[in-house]
Amino acid sequence: MTENGKASSRPTVAERSSSAAIAVDHLVKIYKQTRAVDDISFSLPRGSITGLLGGNGAGKTTTIAMIMGLVLPTSGRVQVLGHGMPEESASVLGRMNFESPYVDMPMRLTVRQNLTVFGKLYAVKNLSERIAELADDLDLTEFIDRANGKLSAGQKTRVALAKALINRPELLLLDEPTASLDPDTADWVRAHLERYRRDNNATILLASHNMLEVERLCDRVIIMKRGRIEDDDTPEAIMARYNRTTLEEVFLDVARGRVNGAKEAAR
Amino acid sequence: MTDLSLPRGISVQRIGAMILRYWYLLMSSWPRLLELLYWPALQVITWGFIQYYIAENSNFFARAGGTLIGAVILWDILFRGQLGFSISFLEEMWSRNIGNLMMSPLRPIEFLLSLMVMSLIRLAIGIIPMTVLALVMFHFNVYALGLPLIAFFCNLIFTSWSVGIFVSGLVLRNGLGAESIVWTLMFAILPLACVYYPVSVLPAWLQAIAWVLPPTYVFEGMRALLIERTFRIDLMLDALAINAVLLGASFWAFLALLRSAKKNGSLLSGGE
Repeated sequence: MTENGKASSRPTVAERSSSAAIAVDHLVKIYKQTRAVDDISFSLPRGSITGLLGGNGAGKTTTIAMIMGLVLPTSGRVQVLGHGMPEESASVLGRMNFESPYVDMPMRLTVRQNLTVFGKLYAVKNLSERIAELADDLDLTEFIDRANGKLSAGQKTRVALAKALINRPELLLLDEPTASLDPDTADWVRAHLERYRRDNNATILLASHNMLEVERLCDRVIIMKRGRIEDDDTPEAIMARYNRTTLEEVFLDVARGRVNGAKEAAR
Repeated sequence: MTDLSLPRGISVQRIGAMILRYWYLLMSSWPRLLELLYWPALQVITWGFIQYYIAENSNFFARAGGTLIGAVILWDILFRGQLGFSISFLEEMWSRNIGNLMMSPLRPIEFLLSLMVMSLIRLAIGIIPMTVLALVMFHFNVYALGLPLIAFFCNLIFTSWSVGIFVSGLVLRNGLGAESIVWTLMFAILPLACVYYPVSVLPAWLQAIAWVLPPTYVFEGMRALLIERTFRIDLMLDALAINAVLLGASFWAFLALLRSAKKNGSLLSGGE
């Protein structure tokens, strides 16, 4: 409410949080002496694709893990699809999914068995049809009855993506989704993610070292360094601000501490 | 597909999914199946012959036929029950799948319930052939114990789950560096639970500790049944009461260790 008692047209923090897919508020994570994430805040609207950029140890994986509820914050708040994490995780875990190089799927189970198990965990309706649909979309049919441990890196990534999409998530968290893939497979995965977002109005947050990937996929970029947010805008606005033509050049400026110089040169 | 839910939001479907996951794994690996049979069979053959030898040279053991072989079978229920629980849990750590599960709608209680069911399945695969072997080779019919066997079994399996839940929490918190606890903790109970000898053999101060462990009541109960032909229901009820406390405490400890793992980020690393 405003001072004169009339309702303000601007949404309150609570309203913004509830309508956002992800709302992170003054999030801090300290491991012993290390501040892995240092007081970051951001909010992602539903239907957006956002890239989380930063060098090794920038805090990207810890941030994503806190959003998923796998790591507890030292302080601050995370809201996912309008629910506080991790205390209300039961209300949202079925509506989100993730893919990360830090986890694998059971190696001895076949692709079909793995997708069946995860489909049942996520209470997917018409599971057989959903698995067939994913196998068709992600080109898994040829090896769907082969053990996961016998697949190539590219095939495993596609299977992990199928697991991440099995429940048609409203929110998809991806940590290095195309790491260790050849350029052709990586491009194919990116095209699939774009299509999934468009067709389902899904929200995607991806951490990546691949600047071309972020430029192509993301309508917003959050750059992290030493646990803090260094910049947060559209890829075009960030490149303009640093007077650079690629995000890779911006990344190098940030990583090598040339931030002020680059921004001043742009002015 | 309809999500079958019990009160308090526990999902039968999610528990079933986890059991299916472990069943797929067992069926895909003959060494895993063989291992379930191999050790119990080896145990019963070794101790069966020891029982024969001692019975030939001792009037007491000749009268108390089956106390050693019975103790071996009951000990294996306790030990294999815990291993059956913990190995299924370790499979998730070894395959780096624990993050996928923690991020899914699966709840900790559902995960633990599925591990309990798997411990029963793995136990059945190992123990049933063991009891048949004991009957055929040594004429010891464990099923002749009748209803008391159910009381022995329930008390031992409850203890095995308590230990399994607790050590799984330790591995979750400390990573696979703590894996050796899974294989060794139960052996710390072995001398105190008086598997092969009566509690009266222990010094008085150790007897006090022994009576804190539910398996002590079971093995004393077994000896009472085989030697004195008496079913000590009082011992079984005492064991059940202690087991209820232990199960509650182990579940609380698991949740506390899970929370601690989330605090220090070990769910992401899972390694040593």
